[in-house]
Amino acid sequence: MGFSGFKVIKEALTGHRGWQPLWRDAAPKPQYDVIIVGGGGHGLATAYYLAKHHGVKNIAVLEKGWIGGGNVGRNTTIVRSNYLLDGNQPFYELSLRLWEGLEQDINFNAMVSQRGVLNLYHSDAQRDAYRRRGNAMRMHGTDSELLDAEQVREMYPFLNFEHARFPIRGGLLQRRGGTVRHDAVAWGYARAADRLGVDIIQNCEVEDFRIEQGAVVGVQTNRGYIGASKVGVAVAGHSSHVMRKAGIELPIESHVLQAFVSEGLKPVIPGVITFGAGHFYLSQSDKGGLVFGGDIDGYNSYASRGNLPVLEDVCEGGMALMPMLGRARLLRMWGGVMDMSMDGSPYIDRTGLPGLFFNGGWCYGGFKATPASGWCFAHLLATGQSHPTAAAYRLDRFQSGGMIDEKGQGAQPNLH
Amino acid sequence: MLIPHPLLGPRDASEFVYKGDAALMNRPDGFADDAPEAFVQYAYQRSNPRGAHRELWFHEQGDRSWLIVTRDTLTHEVLDCQLADPRRAGGSQ
Ligand SMILES: Cc1cc2nc3c(=O)[nH]c(=O)nc-3n(C[C@H](O)[C@H](O)[C@H](O)COP(=O)(O)OP(=O)(O)OC[C@H]3O[C@@H](n4cnc5c(N)ncnc54)[C@H](O)[C@@H]3O)c2cc1C
Repeated sequence: MGFSGFKVIKEALTGHRGWQPLWRDAAPKPQYDVIIVGGGGHGLATAYYLAKHHGVKNIAVLEKGWIGGGNVGRNTTIVRSNYLLDGNQPFYELSLRLWEGLEQDINFNAMVSQRGVLNLYHSDAQRDAYRRRGNAMRMHGTDSELLDAEQVREMYPFLNFEHARFPIRGGLLQRRGGTVRHDAVAWGYARAADRLGVDIIQNCEVEDFRIEQGAVVGVQTNRGYIGASKVGVAVAGHSSHVMRKAGIELPIESHVLQAFVSEGLKPVIPGVITFGAGHFYLSQSDKGGLVFGGDIDGYNSYASRGNLPVLEDVCEGGMALMPMLGRARLLRMWGGVMDMSMDGSPYIDRTGLPGLFFNGGWCYGGFKATPASGWCFAHLLATGQSHPTAAAYRLDRFQSGGMIDEKGQGAQPNLH
Repeated sequence: MLIPHPLLGPRDASEFVYKGDAALMNRPDGFADDAPEAFVQYAYQRSNPRGAHRELWFHEQGDRSWLIVTRDTLTHEVLDCQLADPRRAGGSQ
């Protein structure tokens, strides 16, 4: 089923009875060429690019719950490529370019909206750091603009410019950044992969790996054993738990990150704004809700829900930045389990076990990475070689000294 | 979340700073032959269990003691709490 303007009008006139499920409810086959564990954004994108660009025919995505139930459906939908370090920026720029062409590529409306991401600064030192970051972005061919307070005021006159402690002095703007409808990304990739013959198998939890003569040859699931020549694991917050079944310990801690949404309001916030003096960021969804968030809770958690001190901290940040926020009512909040890495950057790598590949450590910023993560993981699975833009995302980088620590916090995952 | 401090009774978790897996108290010997590998393991690898987790909480906004809290990472339920004792292997008194 292809989507087109004609189809939408036809369905509107005929009572919407002609829509089909977006993907088949596939049953597991005994053997695949490649199994992807985890049907989040990264797993689905990987399967899609494997089938599309590498001609792999026999692929399954195994998802323990339902498509869209993980972090791909829990995040605050921000996409950007405003990183500082060489190991990161080309990768995130590839991702943003893929977002720009995604909807045509997968024939699905993912509501990619390049509404601009503005990071505010509040001191001279912060301005200098942002100038450096903006220059680093430009050196990799990415757009960035350093704005002064007057230019920010033109865009967002309602911000609290004269705050006694944290006056707004300006911001670093990436106009090509923005938001993407997160559920639609999961559904769109699932549908596009399915159309290329990928089996998407829900309610199928990988419980163990079968290892023969030192190599992974398949997975044990709650729906039986499934063989595979190669297995790629992309289970985000559950990485440590799943990889331990293969005897592999990871440089990862799982933490909870919360998101908050207000009642629906008329359009008021055109872009994405982040506060530079506390951890608070927000945008407005097309439904009208203000979508905002801040820090992770800060302790190991697999609970998918957080505690109230973070809510208080986030709302204080919001009030400091934008006092009018106090008039809105909070409607919903939820949490997701984050795979926090030791330097805040991800892993896309092979493992010590032939046949087993790993993708994870995305921290709170892996949604924007979805297309490039799938692109590079597919490249690794198909060719056995790291993609050039993901070559730094090695699991052994702490041993070799190749850390990619954007914030310079060291091996303290709750500070990244 | 309430932390049942052994000396002060139940205290709000926001008075504490979370310092991670209590295994970080078992610092390797820096003069051992395998020190480089042991330190990579110590500083960067985490067992990150689903379920009971022994972890360090520093009572920064309180009596500044270090606690070893055993907490279920699936439910946030605190199962045990003791003063951390650096003189003893594994930490708990
Ligand atoms: C509140 C919140 C806000 C965020 N905001 C942003 C943002 O604004 N911008 C941004 O870039 N990133 C953001 N992120 C991060 C981003 O959502 C994640 O990094 C990214 O979605 C992780 O990749 P994924 O989509 O593949 O994960 P998931 O969707 O979590 O996919 C992993 C899947 O693996 C499945 N799984 C787990 N174990 C097994 C098993 N044993 N067998 C089979 N399947 C299994 C899970 O059920 C899950 O569906 C946010 C995250 C949260 C929680």
